[in-house]
Amino acid sequence: MINLNIDGKYVKVPKGATILDAAKQLGIEIPTLCHLDLHDLGVVNKAASCRICVVEVKGRRNLAPACATPVTEGMEVHTNTMRVLNARKTVLELLLSDHPKDCLTCAKSGQCDLQDLAERFCLRENRYEGGAQSTYKKDVSPAIARDMDKCIMCRRCETMCNDVQTVGALSGVNRGFNAVVAPAFDMPLEESVCTFCGQCVAVCPTGALVERDYSWQVIEAIADPDKVVVVQTAPAVRAALGECFGMEPGTLVTGKMASALRQMGFNYVFDTDFAADLTIMEEGAELLDRITRFLSGDKSVRLPILTSCCPAWVKFFEHQYPDLLDVPSTAKSPQQMFGAIAKNYLAEKLGIPREKLVVVSVMPCLAKKYECARPEFAVNGNPDVDISITTRELAHLIKRANIDFMSLPEGDFDSPLGESTGAAVIFGTTGGVIEAATRTAVEWLTGKPLDDVNFTALRGLEGCREAKLKVGDLELHIGIAHELGNARKLLDSIRAGTVEPFHAIEIMACPGGCIGGGGQPYHHGEMEIIRKRAQAIYREDEGKTRRKSHENPDIIKLYEEYLGKPLGEKSHHLLHTHYFKRHKI
Amino acid sequence: MSGCCDGNVERYKELQAYIDGLPDKKGRLIGVLHKAQGIFGYLPREVQEFIAGALGLSVAKVYGVVKFYSFFTMVPKGKFPISVCLGTACYVRGADDIVSEVEKILGITVGQVTPDGLFSLDTLRCVGACGLAPVMIVAGRVFGRMKPSDVEGIIAEYRAKAGDSEKDKACEGVCCHG
Ligand code: SF4
Ligand code: SF4
Ligand code: SF4
Ligand code: FES
Ligand code: FES
Repeated sequence: MINLNIDGKYVKVPKGATILDAAKQLGIEIPTLCHLDLHDLGVVNKAASCRICVVEVKGRRNLAPACATPVTEGMEVHTNTMRVLNARKTVLELLLSDHPKDCLTCAKSGQCDLQDLAERFCLRENRYEGGAQSTYKKDVSPAIARDMDKCIMCRRCETMCNDVQTVGALSGVNRGFNAVVAPAFDMPLEESVCTFCGQCVAVCPTGALVERDYSWQVIEAIADPDKVVVVQTAPAVRAALGECFGMEPGTLVTGKMASALRQMGFNYVFDTDFAADLTIMEEGAELLDRITRFLSGDKSVRLPILTSCCPAWVKFFEHQYPDLLDVPSTAKSPQQMFGAIAKNYLAEKLGIPREKLVVVSVMPCLAKKYECARPEFAVNGNPDVDISITTRELAHLIKRANIDFMSLPEGDFDSPLGESTGAAVIFGTTGGVIEAATRTAVEWLTGKPLDDVNFTALRGLEGCREAKLKVGDLELHIGIAHELGNARKLLDSIRAGTVEPFHAIEIMACPGGCIGGGGQPYHHGEMEIIRKRAQAIYREDEGKTRRKSHENPDIIKLYEEYLGKPLGEKSHHLLHTHYFKRHKI
Repeated sequence: MSGCCDGNVERYKELQAYIDGLPDKKGRLIGVLHKAQGIFGYLPREVQEFIAGALGLSVAKVYGVVKFYSFFTMVPKGKFPISVCLGTACYVRGADDIVSEVEKILGITVGQVTPDGLFSLDTLRCVGACGLAPVMIVAGRVFGRMKPSDVEGIIAEYRAKAGDSEKDKACEGVCCHG
């Protein structure tokens, strides 16, 4: 352990800790901007470029960046001297000198780290006002809006895109006031290898990268008397939405959310969890089919089966592994399964044409905005899912509708697309999809009910995990990866034959799975928030009476009434999809 | 890597051979870009994609480096590249007036090429001929003690030269990359 003194207080920290870590332990909040450390998830940005965190270290001539300076024995640090405050003020003034001043209409307002700092420093004027104002072309894709005039070159997004996700869509270009982060050849993000995972948006401290906002379209649809508007909410949303209303991270707000949606005027409040159960029926059947065929000696079978419910992961393998397009499951994501069932089964039941039905999805995700716009998910130009909004957009909509979220009663979802099991809820966290599939596949394989539905071996936040499950005579080898860089590692090792063959692998693009999605309330670099959301998801699962997808009574009914059987002709048509080769730029 | 003419196939081969000859590919991007610019005269999109593939880097990363260093260019050089030295000695003797004069006469700015592909304009750091400051280099030939009024004549001379060799225009230097 190392002893040091910060602002007159003594503290002991492990070797290798930074001044920033030590100060945090003392409750001294040194401001940061470029620094990002989600240690347990392997997400660390050590650019040390912004210099807002500088402190005075006794015996050193220059101010030291707290985020990148390791502690030494007997160190004496001052975090709030005149010299430090002056330096910070200068850094801030320079950052603001070429920053647009449109906070009033900026999508990041209220959540912007730069704005926070300006507020904290009480900047009322700027000595460097009128610096070169760059005017970079704005870039709007179906999922992400880029306004590089607001970029402060902290390079957090590059760390996410290049190091964590290994997508490589973004890179710093140009110098000085013109420096920005851009795709190759300044092409629109939409034309690049970007997967729309939204992790760059999740960590951008300013309004340079934000989601494409569709909340107004939702208001318009609800206000249109000719439309029947239904909403579906993804599992991870209920574990995070409360944060937008000041609730503790990890508070479950399923009931309040349902009430809010009803009060906003949706005609039906449904649940993506229903479609998650449906996904398990199809993906589970596919897994079983491939394994049985494999065991009976069919050499053409492709194993491991890879999950396909994360659209960012789907786009990733389309670009990066175009030769492996027949390996992933063909099952659509829950969002799209819901859309297909709503626009066919539900529309039929309601006796209205699909064009009259508007399907809105609330997702923790930016890739879902892109996904619902993929042409193969539309019939004659009418998409299965019309509008996809994020957890953050939903929070804004609730506030705009003058709803006091905290005092809402616990509401419920509507029938028939609102019923779900605990297996569906855990889709929201890494390991959940494969655990849900295992619960069903094992019962189908053995024909016997499970003694324990909790496959704890599949849980956790480690980037790459594996587990072996004994099922009768068969030993199922299961892999799990979250973050696309970990997915790449796993796939490459399978290709190289350096790992024991897997039967099934779950892949989620975001750190922690959808709970850490690009559309969730901003975590501002706090690991604890993601951990608490995961715990909330498992709590919700435990509280459910039914915890296996194939026991969902409305799913059973849907197959009886409409679909026939999993992988049957109708399922194939509505619930499965195919993939496309994409370029690597 | 669609070689639009035989010259290009040869160029890609040369670049590939250079990359193959590297003991390892880590941290070599800048060197490879230099080599490539030497071979192609500039760094068009296709060449950057080629390099990204060969070095196992993202194209965005390669592009980022190209855009960061001012000596890399994505614009093909003219048939007669013009460079004006902006080193200290040349600068204090009015090199920037020379630059302005070239810009005025050719109607382009630094980093650009004339629409007919004849001239391009760049600036350089000290070229080691301070005694001759200010210095301008046209297609490898050094013109010293330049005055703004000299520029017009020099450019006219090269224009005339271009007229003479109209027949062997072929696809030298400026290739069909859009
Ligand atoms: S959305 Fe994901 S893949 Fe696209 S640029 Fe951002 S981090 Fe990269
Ligand atoms: S876009 Fe945002 S995250 Fe990326 S460098 Fe700029 S400010 Fe930082
Ligand atoms: S992990 Fe979840 S939130 Fe992230 S891109 Fe995939 S589906 Fe969306
Ligand atoms: S936060 Fe330390 S240098 Fe940016
Ligand atoms: S400064 Fe121009 S040649 Fe030295």
